[in-house]
Amino acid sequence: MDGIKKSPWILHYDGTSCNGCDIEVLACLTPLYDVERFGIINTGNPKHADVFLITGSVNEQNIPVVKQLYEQMPEPKVVVAVGICATSGGIFAECYNVAGGVDKVIPVDVYVPGCAARPEAIIDGVVKGLEILGEKKKNVGKRK
Amino acid sequence: MGNRTIVPFGPQHPVLPEPIHLDLVLEDETVVEAVPRIGYVHRGLEKLVEKRDFQQYTYVAERICGICSFMHGMGYCMSIESIMGAEIPDRAKFLRTIWAEFSRLHSHLMWLGLLADAFGFESLFMQSWKLREEVLDVFEETTGGRVIFSVCDIGGVRKDIKKETLEKILGVLDRMEKELTEIAGVFLNDSTVKLRTRGVGKLSKEAAFELGALGPMARASGIEMDMRTQGYAAYSQLDFKPIIDLEGDSYARTKVRLGEMFQAMDLIRQCIGKMPEGDIKVKITGSPKGEYFTRLEQPRGEVLYYVKANGTKFLDRVRVRTPTFANVPALLETLKNCSLADVPILILTIDPCISCTER
Repeated sequence: MDGIKKSPWILHYDGTSCNGCDIEVLACLTPLYDVERFGIINTGNPKHADVFLITGSVNEQNIPVVKQLYEQMPEPKVVVAVGICATSGGIFAECYNVAGGVDKVIPVDVYVPGCAARPEAIIDGVVKGLEILGEKKKNVGKRK
Repeated sequence: MGNRTIVPFGPQHPVLPEPIHLDLVLEDETVVEAVPRIGYVHRGLEKLVEKRDFQQYTYVAERICGICSFMHGMGYCMSIESIMGAEIPDRAKFLRTIWAEFSRLHSHLMWLGLLADAFGFESLFMQSWKLREEVLDVFEETTGGRVIFSVCDIGGVRKDIKKETLEKILGVLDRMEKELTEIAGVFLNDSTVKLRTRGVGKLSKEAAFELGALGPMARASGIEMDMRTQGYAAYSQLDFKPIIDLEGDSYARTKVRLGEMFQAMDLIRQCIGKMPEGDIKVKITGSPKGEYFTRLEQPRGEVLYYVKANGTKFLDRVRVRTPTFANVPALLETLKNCSLADVPILILTIDPCISCTER
């Protein structure tokens, strides 16, 4: 049952991020931070993923994409909003084409602040998300 | 003629961290047309200039793109300084050049890694990104930030680099040069890598010129165009020549970028050698009035900044023309008649930065 916590797979989607957080998410996978040692793999397929890492805020164009990716992921799943843009819109909150943080569209479990969020913070966010994932796993069967 | 099929590429695609959508029209396995659809990353940054004053907008300009963040900030600051007629101290110019060249180094290393990932060479991806961390460490030591470090300000720079740190940077460069030579050898000589890049996505010099390609994309097709030769910041006092290649294929683009990485190291060494003493910032008073165009060379090509100011704290207009935007027509040209399996490599060889393009 705990297997999911030992090897969570990650789906990464760039909302309207400036790339700062995106490259930090990728940096987590590379030798210096190397999250693969925890069994974490970045996958491109939402149906393989347990953790949804989303950077940047949402807008009219990408709201359907974000929703679709979220719905395709199997239960239990955790959403981690990386960076201040994903949390609240950040510096771009007042832009005309920014709807706000990711939580306007899908439920967010962990918020990782920072501009850009540091890899340590992102890893910490994912680890926090794993605890929530474990809790959710217990409730998956009961919901019906 | 085979059957025509349309294959959607993106917006969420494993090979590219950023969202772009392409409708690839295929005849069997060959792409006959590519239709881009953008707008996933559009935020409306240029409009934000009405809500932030010209000093605050430096922060927004830096966040146009997280990869060449420093150069966006620099382009914006240079425009405002030119409008206000402020001459920044020499030391600030050299410091800006050092950070700009390190940005180029980190951007190109990142690109090398992503290219390796696109043709399935995972360990090469890891090697390139490992080397890139050295550059980020330099950023962190000198500015405190890793990717967005807000060190450029109107009138100069916010932070100075100490003499000992400069000497340390020289050591870092020596170490990096050794490792980069090894990595470059794989990209240029490995037969499997060459199979994926040689002759793929050829762009002739005429086509590159007509389609308005920029940066390494144009230089790999033999167009000698590098905005650094204009001599902004400290480039007028440094000795360098644009790196060009005549082949115009993906291999040539890799070669040009690798050459620019060694060139960036050389330029940083020159800067450290010639670093003048003195202030790092001049005081700016009042508000700008007038308009100005700035052109500077980013890792991806020439970026164009247009600023119009009306004498108040709030600017009338800021317009940014980013290199990826100019390179998209050239990309669509190279995509024609390529095979479907080569699409990721071709998209990567323009080094796309969608968040710059859409702002």
